[in-house]
Amino acid sequence: MSTLTETKSLVGCFTAEMFEAHLASLAHLPAWWLERKRAAFARYTTLPMPARTDESWRFSNLGSLTLDGFALPAPAPAAPLPPLGIATAGTLVFSNNRFVAREPLTAELAARGVIFDTLQNALLTHGAQVKAHLLTQSVKQGSEKFSALHTAFLADGAFVYVPRGVTLADPLAVFHGTAGAEAAVFPHTLVIAEENTKATVVDFFRSTDASAQFACGQNDIYASHGAQVTYVAAQNWSRCTLSFQFNSTIARRDAKVLSLNVHLGARQARHESHSQLQAPGAHSEMLALTVAHGTQEFDQRTLQTHQAPNTSSNLLYKNALLGHAKTIFSGLIVVDPDAQKTDAYQSNRNLMLSDDAEANSLPGLEIQANDVRCSHGATTSRIDPELEFYLRSRGIPKAQADELLVFGFFEEVLLKLEHEGLRAALREMIKIKFKN
Amino acid sequence: MKPPSELDTAPPPEVMTDNPVVGIDQTAGNFSYNVDYEFDAGTGLTERTVDYISSVKKEAPWIREFRMNALKTFQSKPMPTHWATRDLENINFDKIRYYLSSGQKPKRTWDEVPDDIKKTFERLGIPEQERKFLAGVEAQFDSEAAYSNIKEIVAKQGVIFANSTEALREHPEIFRKFFGKVIPTGDNKFSALNSAVFSGGSFIYVPKGVKVAQPLQAYFRINAENFGQFERTLIICDEGSEVVYMEGCTAPKFSTSTLHSAVVELVALKGAKIQYITVQNWANNVFNLVTKRGVAHEEAEIKWIDCNIGSRLTMKYPGVVLRGRKARGEVLSIALANDGQHQDTGAKMIHAADETTSNIIAKSISVGQGRSTYRGVVHIPKHLKGCKNNTECDALLINTNSRTDTYPAITVRGDANSVQHEASVSKVSAEQIFYMQQRGLTEAQAMSLSVNGFINDLARQFPMEYSVELKRLIDLEMEGSVG
Repeated sequence: MSTLTETKSLVGCFTAEMFEAHLASLAHLPAWWLERKRAAFARYTTLPMPARTDESWRFSNLGSLTLDGFALPAPAPAAPLPPLGIATAGTLVFSNNRFVAREPLTAELAARGVIFDTLQNALLTHGAQVKAHLLTQSVKQGSEKFSALHTAFLADGAFVYVPRGVTLADPLAVFHGTAGAEAAVFPHTLVIAEENTKATVVDFFRSTDASAQFACGQNDIYASHGAQVTYVAAQNWSRCTLSFQFNSTIARRDAKVLSLNVHLGARQARHESHSQLQAPGAHSEMLALTVAHGTQEFDQRTLQTHQAPNTSSNLLYKNALLGHAKTIFSGLIVVDPDAQKTDAYQSNRNLMLSDDAEANSLPGLEIQANDVRCSHGATTSRIDPELEFYLRSRGIPKAQADELLVFGFFEEVLLKLEHEGLRAALREMIKIKFKN
Repeated sequence: MKPPSELDTAPPPEVMTDNPVVGIDQTAGNFSYNVDYEFDAGTGLTERTVDYISSVKKEAPWIREFRMNALKTFQSKPMPTHWATRDLENINFDKIRYYLSSGQKPKRTWDEVPDDIKKTFERLGIPEQERKFLAGVEAQFDSEAAYSNIKEIVAKQGVIFANSTEALREHPEIFRKFFGKVIPTGDNKFSALNSAVFSGGSFIYVPKGVKVAQPLQAYFRINAENFGQFERTLIICDEGSEVVYMEGCTAPKFSTSTLHSAVVELVALKGAKIQYITVQNWANNVFNLVTKRGVAHEEAEIKWIDCNIGSRLTMKYPGVVLRGRKARGEVLSIALANDGQHQDTGAKMIHAADETTSNIIAKSISVGQGRSTYRGVVHIPKHLKGCKNNTECDALLINTNSRTDTYPAITVRGDANSVQHEASVSKVSAEQIFYMQQRGLTEAQAMSLSVNGFINDLARQFPMEYSVELKRLIDLEMEGSVG
């Protein structure tokens, strides 16, 4: 009896029957993929839930992590897209794990070999590339179980392939929507940028209603030699959603990857991001902006691994905390023994806007090479009273002065995005959250 | 008196394995020689061991009970390897002697002391008499009398300075109130172990308004009995009083035991100031697992100066609980990890009142395959106003295969406090070395000058003789690290 209850709590509502039904719906996909999913489901069922003594879950609220009460949702029509105000090179829209609409690539880009399609199509038409990069990097920061769950139940997502030497001027936009109570979604975006390419991919995550949902997403970014990839994830799930999002970035020789995560929604959101700098000249810029209010909990874990000499990375995570919100930032820079001349930086800034908010910082370093420049910084404080006084002495009311200062705080991160229209769109999203 | 667990008092030959982490032989510090101890609790830890220690010390029943409870806690707690190094699993608790009292002189002569150790003493400029003590040739430091007048002077001011057994027996009214309160038995596995088998250490009470002019030096300089594997220190500074306490010394200390686990508790009442200076240089086969914490009441100040050079693994995070308004806590830490060593040190600052401030400055040097780790906690709970923390961690890596880690944890609640943390990792700049070599220094000299410069601003805060010895010691450690 006790083993029965134990097994049940390890699996929750994501049972073997549910998995079999899910697999049956994907029978047309390649066998290797179904096999990988099967293995992932087996891993999911045996891996334990995070325990209080897990260092990688330190400060996280484990009591509210639940695998119960969710279901794979029925198809839902795509809700009208919010106006982005920018030109895109193409759009893909997913709703409740299914592809629902698209704006195709221009004929010119398609002719040059750019692929922007659903994962299901890519599995059938570009199996080799997908197999080489889809979910091949294991999650190392504590969420092995949830990552296995993602692999097991991943139905569809976006696939971006940029062939050698191609530059995309406009971003590719992917919308992942969730509708209905108890809906469990598993969004995925796979970006493969070949040598000397340039591309921007934006993931938008949103709920179309305010019900309690479950989101467990992942994205894989592979930047080959000299590729420049900008990846933006703007997360605005419903305020009752339990969310997991894992990122794996690989930067090859002289590749430059910039990723920006904007966290606004969910009840409890865990985000794990891992950048691997695999060859000389690789650079990863890891950025995040979080607006936490009410009783939201944002749990961000990052890992920068420098595996080759002459690589660099720069991390800047900024959190603004209101109400009773809680944020956790746990970062780690790992420099492998022969990764000399590494230049790595990690910074976490918390702006406290409420006396009930809680900010936790765990900035870590593990360095095994001596000729490196590695540093990190973490600060937590309120709005600078002098700056506030200055603005108020110019006749600006307190509320407005604070808003200006908070946006000034975020602007440092937003300015790192090259695309001005994208900056404006993100600024607008943040503004809406503040107004509520 | 025979130990309860064995009839033969000869210690079994200690079998030390190579450090599994780096495969370096760490038996160099093993001096095993036969000593007849007057009291010997034998190896292994059971209720009988604890009973034995307690009865040898003729302790009050409440202390015996305290020890027994601690033993249960120790046995029930798991090793903290979910966050700490797995090297801890190499401690064999059954092979350790938990209590020895040397009533007789050790039967070892100066000639038996290995040459390289004699040379080390020479290089460090350790006084002749102290050398013999440190090498284990003499049970007691002969010139104790020279120092004991300090003890007399402070006694006139009403200062109580005794070892743990004596203090708990003769002044329970003062010490019982705070004993085991700053660091509860169950704080961690090793504080529980210490609570079960503690012996030695200093208990100090400084009365209201008394400012002790001389630093009180523990161990051989005043009180030979203070030296131990499981010493217990409790310092209480009454309102407005001040004391500086020093323990350890820069010279390598060779012990037959491979586990040192002390508990140090400090209580600074309103407006009091305590400065606690440690210089640790255990032999390279010792596990040094120490719990140190102080409570600072209103406007009180506690400052830990902690310098770790020896041992196989040191885990030590001096902490301050800032309990009263405007209390201040400070930790200055220097760690040097050479081949086969892991210095896992840091600091804890628990803010529990408004306007409390804390400062942590940690500098570490990793030489060869040495590994140094900074681990820290800064905690500012809800609704406090005007708390400030500043943390700086700097690591210096000397060789290409040296390793350093930084694991801070910072929790801040509310919008009326400010915390900043910074850490950096670097190597000695090639330009600096070049400049010095161009002026005629050898590369090794240049390197050691550079390393001394790196810790200079902290070393300056040490008492003069300590900082001079420290400088020499760093020169010594840096030898053979370059070229």
